[in-house]
Amino acid sequence: MNATGPAVVAEGLTKRFRSFTAVDHLDLRIEKGEIAGFIGPNGAGKSTTIRMLCGLLRPSEGRALVAGFDVGQQPEAVREHIGYMSQKFSLYGDLTVRENLRFFGGIYRVARGEMGERTRFAITMAGLQEREDALVRTLAGGWKQRLALGCAILHRPPILFLDEPTSGVEPEARRRFWDLIHELAAGGVTILVSTHYMDEAEYCNRIALIDRGRLVALGTPGQLRSRHLGGELFEIRCTPLGAALHVLQGAAGVIDAAIFGDRLHVVLGPGGLDQAGLPGFLQEHGVSVQAVRTVTPSLEDVFVRLVSTHHGGQDSS
Amino acid sequence: MSAAAPDITILTQGLSRSFGTVAAIRKVDMAILRGEIFGLVGPDGAGKTTIMRMLAGILTPDAGAISVDGIDVVRDAESVKHHVSYMPQRFGLYEDLTVTENLFFYGELFGVSRRDRLARSRELLAAAGLLPFQDRLASQLSGGMKQKLGLVCALIHAPRILLLDEPTTGVDPVSRRDFWAILYSLRESGVTIVLSTAYMDEAERCSRLALLHAGEIRHCDTPERLKQAMPGALLAVAGPDPRTLRTLIAGRPGVLGVLLMGDRVHVRVDDPARRIPELEALFAGQGITGAVISSADPGIEDVFVALVGTQTAS
Amino acid sequence: MNIRRVFAMAYKETLQIWRDPRSLAIALLMPLMQMTLLGYGVSLDIKHVPVCVYDQENNQQTRGIVERLVSSGWFSISRTLTRQTGIRRAMDRGECIAAIVIPANFSRELAATGSAPVQAILDATDVNTTNIAIGYLQGVVAQINAALDAQWAEAHGVKGSLAGQVELAQSTWFNETLDSRNFIIPGVVAVILALVGAQLTSLTIAREWERGTMEQLISTPVTALEVMLGKLVPYFAVGLIDAVFCLASAAWWFRVPFRGNIITLFVTTALFILVVLDIGYLISVRIRSQLGASQVALLITLLPTTLLSGYTFPIDQMPAPIRALTLIVYPRYYVTILRAIFLKGSGLADLWAPSLGLLAYAVIVIWLAARAFQKRLD
Repeated sequence: MNATGPAVVAEGLTKRFRSFTAVDHLDLRIEKGEIAGFIGPNGAGKSTTIRMLCGLLRPSEGRALVAGFDVGQQPEAVREHIGYMSQKFSLYGDLTVRENLRFFGGIYRVARGEMGERTRFAITMAGLQEREDALVRTLAGGWKQRLALGCAILHRPPILFLDEPTSGVEPEARRRFWDLIHELAAGGVTILVSTHYMDEAEYCNRIALIDRGRLVALGTPGQLRSRHLGGELFEIRCTPLGAALHVLQGAAGVIDAAIFGDRLHVVLGPGGLDQAGLPGFLQEHGVSVQAVRTVTPSLEDVFVRLVSTHHGGQDSS
Repeated sequence: MSAAAPDITILTQGLSRSFGTVAAIRKVDMAILRGEIFGLVGPDGAGKTTIMRMLAGILTPDAGAISVDGIDVVRDAESVKHHVSYMPQRFGLYEDLTVTENLFFYGELFGVSRRDRLARSRELLAAAGLLPFQDRLASQLSGGMKQKLGLVCALIHAPRILLLDEPTTGVDPVSRRDFWAILYSLRESGVTIVLSTAYMDEAERCSRLALLHAGEIRHCDTPERLKQAMPGALLAVAGPDPRTLRTLIAGRPGVLGVLLMGDRVHVRVDDPARRIPELEALFAGQGITGAVISSADPGIEDVFVALVGTQTAS
Repeated sequence: MNIRRVFAMAYKETLQIWRDPRSLAIALLMPLMQMTLLGYGVSLDIKHVPVCVYDQENNQQTRGIVERLVSSGWFSISRTLTRQTGIRRAMDRGECIAAIVIPANFSRELAATGSAPVQAILDATDVNTTNIAIGYLQGVVAQINAALDAQWAEAHGVKGSLAGQVELAQSTWFNETLDSRNFIIPGVVAVILALVGAQLTSLTIAREWERGTMEQLISTPVTALEVMLGKLVPYFAVGLIDAVFCLASAAWWFRVPFRGNIITLFVTTALFILVVLDIGYLISVRIRSQLGASQVALLITLLPTTLLSGYTFPIDQMPAPIRALTLIVYPRYYVTILRAIFLKGSGLADLWAPSLGLLAYAVIVIWLAARAFQKRLD
C-alpha cells in the first residue's frame, strides 16, 4: 500500500447499467485523514459511486484507487482495507455487545491476539464499559450507533465509509459520534460520508455534490456556501407572506425566493433588487415589511440551488 | 374539555402511554392553535409517533385527554377520523396502485364528490409536480415523490387538520422544499398542521415547536424564542486548522460548548463581548494567524443540546 | 354502512389482485392441480390385492373360480398354498392380505345342494383395505354365482329367466358402487374449496399490516364491516371460479354422475364459498403476518376438513362426541350437500338442514370478523 499517496483517487470513473449512465466520468481525489462527504438526491449516483469504491461494483470505464488498490482489478484487497457503517447497520439485536464484536471480528478476520485489545477499544469508544453483556436491542440509539462504528473499525481499516450515520440520533449522541469521527481522522483514517442530510454534511472537511452521475460541486462547506448560491441570502419578515412571495418570484435580480417558517428567504443576485431596495419594493406591492437581514445560507440552500440550476429549474425528484 | 378556547384546535392534557414497561410518553400537555404548523421535534424513540397516532385516533392513551376540533378523541375516536388527515411515517399508500387510483380510493373513503376529487387532484398534483406521473404505479415513484403523493392523498378531502409523522424522512432537499411549499400554502388557507421530525434543521420551518425528549415535552415555543432561551451565544471560529483551534478553545473559561465542524469550530460562550477578545488574544499568543471569529445563528440542534441534551446518558 | 366505501374497497382490492398475476394464477390453477392429485391419489380403489389360494380340491371347477378372481383385475395370486398353516406365515410376511380357502368337497357339495362355501381369511390390520377387499370379493362371488346360474339355466333348458336378469342387474349395480370415486370426488371438491378459499383471504389483512398500508387505512372513516365486505367481493368471484373449475372437472373429467339441479348447486356453493372466505378473513384479522396467517389457515382447515368432514371417514361411524364435534366442521355440510346433489339429485327442499348449517356459519363468522377488526394499533 502506498504510504504517502491520496487515500482515494478516481479518474473518469463511470458506471453504466445498459443505456443508463449512473456515474458519469467522475474525477476525485481524497487525501489521507480527510472527512469527505458525498451528497446528492436519491438516484444521483451516490451509492453507485460508493459501491464502486468499495469494490462491490466493477466500473464500466475509468478507474479508481482506494488505499492504493485498483477497485476493478483488486476488489478483494480493497474490501480488506475499508470499513463500512450505516445508520441502518445490521448489528444483531439478540446478541450482546461483546458477541456482536466477536462476530464482526471474525468476519473481518481480526488476529486472535489483537481481538482483546480491539474489543476493549471499541467498548471504551462507544462508552459501553458496563454494558458488555447487554443485548444490543436494549441499547439506546446513540450507543448502538457507536457500537456499529466500533464494529466497522475493528480491523483498523485506513478508509471508513459512513452511510447516513447519524440520521435520527439524539443531538447530544450525534455530536459525540462526530467527535469520534474527527478523532479517527486525526489519527489518519480517511472517512467517506454519504448522506442527503445537510446537517451531516456540515461535519465534513470537503463535500462533493453529485447529481445525475456527475460531480456538480466540490469544496469545503464554507466554499460551497460562498461560491455556489449565485447571490446573497436575505431573511425578510413581512406580511402577508404569500403575496410577498408571489411578488418577489417574478422580480428582477431575485434568484430564488421561498417561505421559511414565518419568514421569507430570498437570494438576490447582482443587477436588480438589493437589500436597500427590498422594503420599498415590497411596500409598493402592499406588503408590510418588519425586518430584512442577511443570513448565512445553509448547505441545504446551496444544494437546492445547485441541483435546480443543474436541472434547468425542473422538479428534481 | 369544554373549556377549550375557540382558537385551540388540538388540546392534550396529561397524555401518557406505555408499551410493556417502557413509558413511551409521559404527561404530555399541548395546545395547538388553528392555522399553526406545530412541530414535534426529537430524536428516534422520543415518542413522536406515539403522540401522532393518538391524535389520529388509532392508538388509545393509558391516561389523559385529547380534544381535536372539539371532539373527545379518547371517547370517540371514529368521529375524529372525518376531520383529520393522518400520514403515517411509513408510506401508507398502495404501491401496486397508480397515483390516480390511490387518489380515487382515498377520495371515496372520505366521500369526496367526483367533481371535487378531479379538481382537487389536479391542483394538488400540479403543486407537487406529480401531474406527469398520474398513471404511474406508486411503487415506481422516488422516495420524495412518494411522500408528496402521500400528502396529496391526505389532502384530497380538504381536511382542516393535518397530522404528518416524519413526512420528510429519507426525502432529498429539493423534494423536501416542494413539500414545505405545499404546507405553507395550506397554512395560508387556515389548515392546522402538526408534524413530527427528527431533523433539527427542518424544525426551524415550523411556527411553533415542542422539543421532545424521552417521552416528555421539555420546551415548547417558537423557534425564535427557543433560540433566545438558549444560554450563551454561538460563535463560529474558522481557520486553516480547526482541529488545533478546537483543542485550544475547549475548557477555556466562559466556553459552554465546543463542536468541531468540517471547516470551522462552533463555540458556545456565556458572554460574547467578553470572550471574543479573549479568544483572539489566545490565538495570537499561540502564533495562530488566519483564525476568524464571527457570531453564528444557532440552529435548533444547538438549542436542543443546550436546553435538553446534557441530561442524557447515551 | 356506506356503499361507496364498500365499492371503493372492492375496486381497490380487485386492482391489487389483478396486478399480481402470479398469485392470481396460483389461486386459479391450484384447485385444478389439487383436484388431479386428490382425485386420483385419494381414490380408494385398490388394484391387485395380493391373495394366497389354498385350493384343497384343485379340479377344473375350483381352478375356474380362482381364475375369475384373477381376471377381475382386483386380485393377484401371490402364492398357492398346500397347507392351512401356510396362510398364517404368508400373512405374517406380508405376502398377502387375503387367503382364499376352497374346501376339498366343494364341487360335490355344490352339485348336491346348489351352494357351497368358499372361505376368505382377511388380514384386518388395515381395516380400510380389508373392507374394500371384502367388497371386491363379494363382487367376484356375485359374478361367479351369476355365471353358475347361467350354466344351471342352460343345463336345465330354462331361457331368459326373470331370476337370471335380476342377478345380472344386481351385479352392475355393485360394480358402480365399487368405484369409490363417485363417492370421494364431491368430498374432494369440498376439501379443496375449503383450503384454497381460506388461503385466499387469510393474507388480505396481514398484507396491509406488513406493507404499512393499514395504519393509513384505519385513520380514515372506513368501518370494519365496509373493509370486510369490500375485500370479500373480489375474492368471492375468484372462489366461484375455483368452484366452477372443481365441479366441472368432477362432472366431466372424473365422470361423477350429476343428477341434481344446477341452481341448487350454485346457491349452496356460493354459501359455502362465503363461509370459507370469511373464515380466512377472520384468521387474517387476528394474525398480522402473512406467513402466520397462511399457516394458521392451513392448520385449522386441513385437519378438520380431511378428518371430520365425512369426506373419507363416514361421520355416522364416528363415536358420538366426535360426531358432535363435526357439527362445527363446516365442510361437512357441503360434503353432504354435494354428494346429495350429484348422486341423489336432491333439491334445496331436501337439503335445508345442511344449508341452514352453512348459513348459520356464515352469519356467525361475519359477525365475529367484523367485531374482531379493530381500527386501533394497541
